[in-house]
Amino acid sequence: MRACLPVAVSVFAYGAVYGALARAAGLTLAEALWSSALVFAGSAQFAALGLWTTPLPVVALILTTLVINLRHLLLGAAIRDRFAGWSPRATYGALFFLVDENWALTTATSAGGGFLAGSGLVLYVAWVGATLTGALVGGALPDPTRFGLDFAFPAVIIALATSLWRGRSTLLPWAVAAISACLVARWLPGGWPILLGGLAGSTVGAWREVARDVA
Amino acid sequence: MWPEPRALAAILGMALATYATRAGGVWLLGRTRPSRLLTVWLNQLPGAILVVLVAPAVLAAGFAGVIAGACTALVAARTRNIALALVAGVVALWVMRRIG
Repeated sequence: MRACLPVAVSVFAYGAVYGALARAAGLTLAEALWSSALVFAGSAQFAALGLWTTPLPVVALILTTLVINLRHLLLGAAIRDRFAGWSPRATYGALFFLVDENWALTTATSAGGGFLAGSGLVLYVAWVGATLTGALVGGALPDPTRFGLDFAFPAVIIALATSLWRGRSTLLPWAVAAISACLVARWLPGGWPILLGGLAGSTVGAWREVARDVA
Repeated sequence: MWPEPRALAAILGMALATYATRAGGVWLLGRTRPSRLLTVWLNQLPGAILVVLVAPAVLAAGFAGVIAGACTALVAARTRNIALALVAGVVALWVMRRIG
């Protein structure tokens, strides 16, 4: 659980930026707060700010959110065995709190669904509290990039990925994942690079592993 | 503290779409016994997704980001300590930006 504190700090910094930008984009305090409390998905909420015009493009907002968050399907699939023995109710309740940050902490360790839900709740409180703070304080916030804080989440991910490194056999699938994500990002927005890059890298890795079995 | 109806519809729709993606992965696989190929593929997923989550952020930070990323990976591999690796990465990026 200790590992999730630095991540919560970084989530708070970005939540505060979201709150401030949401007010600047014309959302009311209530709209910003309800978005963070019900959607609880940073990249999708940031993308929605760019679409927040009058009249509100409701369908476009929902479809954009769906596309950006499709990667959650892969995240959930990868950790489904952590809910072995859980009731459907507890499982689907815990999954509300599934975000990139606590998924990364869970998947790289042997942590169970309880860790996912608990750390998710910490991040949820940080995200909603930060949205409120940012929306109220607004432009007076310091820029997180000034302290390198924008690198906190990437740094944690790199550290976690290091623990999943299995030597040279890991290189090809990871390179395929990174390169295809960067290529996709040139033409498609939002969640597509993560979704397609993740699919490409894991498929190459799985194909090689199965090919080795047969040989 | 209620948003006007159109905004409320948008937020509720966004919330439902997001939750469907969060629950969908477990739901789709919950009723099947995964084949050998699917199991192998699922084991490959975490690493690949971690890489694509981080690659754009590192590249967006440019040369400083690549150096900071390398420092983070090095400290993580040596110490197996996430907090220490995090500090190394953030400090490296901060230093690179100051001198860059």
